[in-house]
Amino acid sequence: MTDDRTGKVGSSGAFGPQGTLEPSKKLDVREILKDLEHYRPRRHGWTWRKKVPDNKVGPFRYKETSESLERSVPLPAAKYFGGIDPQPDCVITTEIASGRFEDDIRRMRMAAWHGADHMMVIRTTGQSHIDGLLEGTPEGVGGIPITRKQLRATRKALDLIEDEVGRPINFHSYVSGVAGPEIAVLFAEEGVNGAHQDPQYNVLYRNVNMQRSFVDAAVAKTIMAEFGLLQIDGAHNANATAREAWKVMPELLVQHAINCAFSRMVGMSPNKIALSSVPPTAPPAPAMSYDLPYAVALRWLFSDYKVRAQQNTRYIESDMREATVTHTLNLVLTRLTSADVQSTITPDEGRNVPWHYNNLAAVDTAKQTLLAVDGLKDMVEIKKEGPFRETVRDLAERAVLFLEEVKEKGYFGAVASGMFVDSGFYPERNGDGIRRDPNGGIGFGSIVERDKDYFAPVCHHFGYQDPTRVKDHPCEEIGGCTFCEPGKIVYIDELDPEDNVEKRLERAEEELGDDMIKPEVQWAGDGYITLTMFIPESERVAEYAALEIAKRLNLENPEVIHKGIAHPAEGTVVEVKAVVPFGIKRDSLKIPDKPSILSAEEIREEIKKRPMKVVCATVGEDEHSVGMREIIDIKHGGIEGFGIKATYLGTSVPIDKVVNAAIEEDADAILISTIISHADIHRKNMERLAKLCEEKGVRQKFILVGGGTQVTNDLAVQAGLDAGFGRGTKGIDVASFLVKKRRELLGLENPS
Amino acid sequence: MGKGTGESRDTGEAKAAGAAVLAGTRETAGETREEYLARRRQELKKLSDDELKERFWQLAGEIVKPLYDLAYTHTSPSIERSVLLRMGFSSLESKAIVSQAEKMRLLGKGAGHLVLKYAEMTGKPYLEAGKDLCVDPEAWDELKAASERGSSR
Repeated sequence: MTDDRTGKVGSSGAFGPQGTLEPSKKLDVREILKDLEHYRPRRHGWTWRKKVPDNKVGPFRYKETSESLERSVPLPAAKYFGGIDPQPDCVITTEIASGRFEDDIRRMRMAAWHGADHMMVIRTTGQSHIDGLLEGTPEGVGGIPITRKQLRATRKALDLIEDEVGRPINFHSYVSGVAGPEIAVLFAEEGVNGAHQDPQYNVLYRNVNMQRSFVDAAVAKTIMAEFGLLQIDGAHNANATAREAWKVMPELLVQHAINCAFSRMVGMSPNKIALSSVPPTAPPAPAMSYDLPYAVALRWLFSDYKVRAQQNTRYIESDMREATVTHTLNLVLTRLTSADVQSTITPDEGRNVPWHYNNLAAVDTAKQTLLAVDGLKDMVEIKKEGPFRETVRDLAERAVLFLEEVKEKGYFGAVASGMFVDSGFYPERNGDGIRRDPNGGIGFGSIVERDKDYFAPVCHHFGYQDPTRVKDHPCEEIGGCTFCEPGKIVYIDELDPEDNVEKRLERAEEELGDDMIKPEVQWAGDGYITLTMFIPESERVAEYAALEIAKRLNLENPEVIHKGIAHPAEGTVVEVKAVVPFGIKRDSLKIPDKPSILSAEEIREEIKKRPMKVVCATVGEDEHSVGMREIIDIKHGGIEGFGIKATYLGTSVPIDKVVNAAIEEDADAILISTIISHADIHRKNMERLAKLCEEKGVRQKFILVGGGTQVTNDLAVQAGLDAGFGRGTKGIDVASFLVKKRRELLGLENPS
Repeated sequence: MGKGTGESRDTGEAKAAGAAVLAGTRETAGETREEYLARRRQELKKLSDDELKERFWQLAGEIVKPLYDLAYTHTSPSIERSVLLRMGFSSLESKAIVSQAEKMRLLGKGAGHLVLKYAEMTGKPYLEAGKDLCVDPEAWDELKAASERGSSR
């Protein structure tokens, strides 16, 4: 981030005077928790990005982007393109699952800066089987327990974060399990913008009783529809579960259809229904030949609906490179077809719970790929005839056949007979599908028929009601329901005196204090770091050697998280995670001042007033010219651009030739580049230059500068030069130094 | 989707084939599953892309209609707690009231309805009446007696 992109900075508190976030300050969880009982969400329902069809950003025109952010972290290569950070037109999701909301919200802030505008909060393991709501802020496993306080605190934080980045952020979680209707009410009241809702998911993967699941779903979906939440279905789970995931393609179409048709029937609009779609396979399979016909069939049959695209997760292993390549391929597929929401999976999903910096990696992968293939469909199109189209048609026919069989058996009968998540390519059957008993499962026997005088005095309630009691405004009898009178919402702070955010914050403060620095990957102060090492041994030996290395480094809880075989005998790449057993006091760090650099205008002004000549060369027997040319050339932002006259002598130039040329040219400075560092030759070259200048009596006449990938300022100064510049140096750094040094030699003031 | 993408093959023959496809069931043919499915696949090939898509959605609608009807006429503990939440009860109160209503086999009246009825019987504001129902078993006996005087569907 350059300073002009981070925006306003100034207040010393975590929040600015108007309760806004300060980009230079960490998010203060205690501020978020303050006065939470009165916090109300500022809007309800889903927000799409504002598309800009022909968008000029920097030197480029984009076809498939949206409005830019006010503050963001652009892709690394953006520095070569003026720091631009174009935002693709589709919503980008990141999944958040740390188990502690106070850490989740920091992760969300980072993800928002990288370009995510859909925060999908995973629920703690087992919440789908809890018949009722949880309260407070207990810690979760693999996600957070969804409660009113967690939702409200997160929404409040997201409201601040969206102001900081300048784009609305969608907040999302799950309306599933046996408390769906209550969760839907909670989401509507607390400004959650999207949710997974699919009764089939409950039935197949959570063994919730099937009647209960559909009865609850109708009420939950009606509430979601009224509040404009985007619904995402659960079909992708069949893909993630089936033994041979590519064979469930006809069933995926069927599962999408059942949830869509049911949702439509209870009043949901198709533009708020998103199909959770995952390409069915991954390399080494010839993935595109399966994934593309499937994607086309899906978008043809479901042309009225939205598509939420997620990468294939069925075949993610611990190799993050492999996961990222699959993600990239899947993103290209969506640009060949379509997607409204791009859901990202962290590339470390196959090795551990997602680490926050991997959330950012996945969001960046989405942004990078989508920008790369911007306008792809203007250049290529999918064939309209031939075997490819026959495959598309074949998938649709298989899906229709599947539906016919489900209809014949009835949905409940079809599930009972194991029709779903069977690994056969329908109509083939392998008999390994998930079977559920209609007279069983969590919540069996809990639904009851509504009596003739059934009545519910609240708004947006689905189902039969006593016609004599139904009013124009349903909540009239109670003087308003919480949807009409949010003041009636009952906020419960905490129920557990130990398992809550306040206690966790206290513990973290005790352990870390104000100025203790510890690395982290998931929670504040978790202390985890990763070591990557190549061990020239076979897999098992390498694994145990790596663990031993971590132990001898005094790291705690070392665990191998990835092994990549380079060769069965020659070696193995091993990644180990481990905990650092100490913290670093911020005050104890000795951080050298960053050298201040003159502005380009100041340098130009000075050179205009007092012209400067320099002689440059790559010295010794060294043919590297790129680095020096970058420092000199005007087109690379080099010193010529500031008016400095540079004479470049070329490569492999003897030191004495450089010094003689400088004398002849009456130069102000000598710049040598010395890249090769074998046998310390780079240091020796610099020493020779200084010595030769002394011998010729011109040391005081010239400013001597050395540069190269292995050169540091300290090394150069020790060798007798005035300065040294290493990797990453820009022309302006050198120009600024030269101007300042000459002022010093002339006895002129250098402005601070 | 083939050549005919977006076009209906509206010849008389195709229409007749389409009608036959829609009418076919396994029972009427007396075939094994494999025979039946093989025949059906051949028959489906006669449908145009648009007809196939229409058939897809027609079947989906037919499958979910009984599920919709079930949902329309039934309620559950979670649904009733969601009603009480919307009426301004806490999650703890909602749970207590619905558990009692289940025990007394009164959930079919609607939990919100029960609270209003008890408020009417006692002349108390409904939120207060609901809090009584959370803690007072006798209140439920009264409510049960009053509800049984009403009719059942």
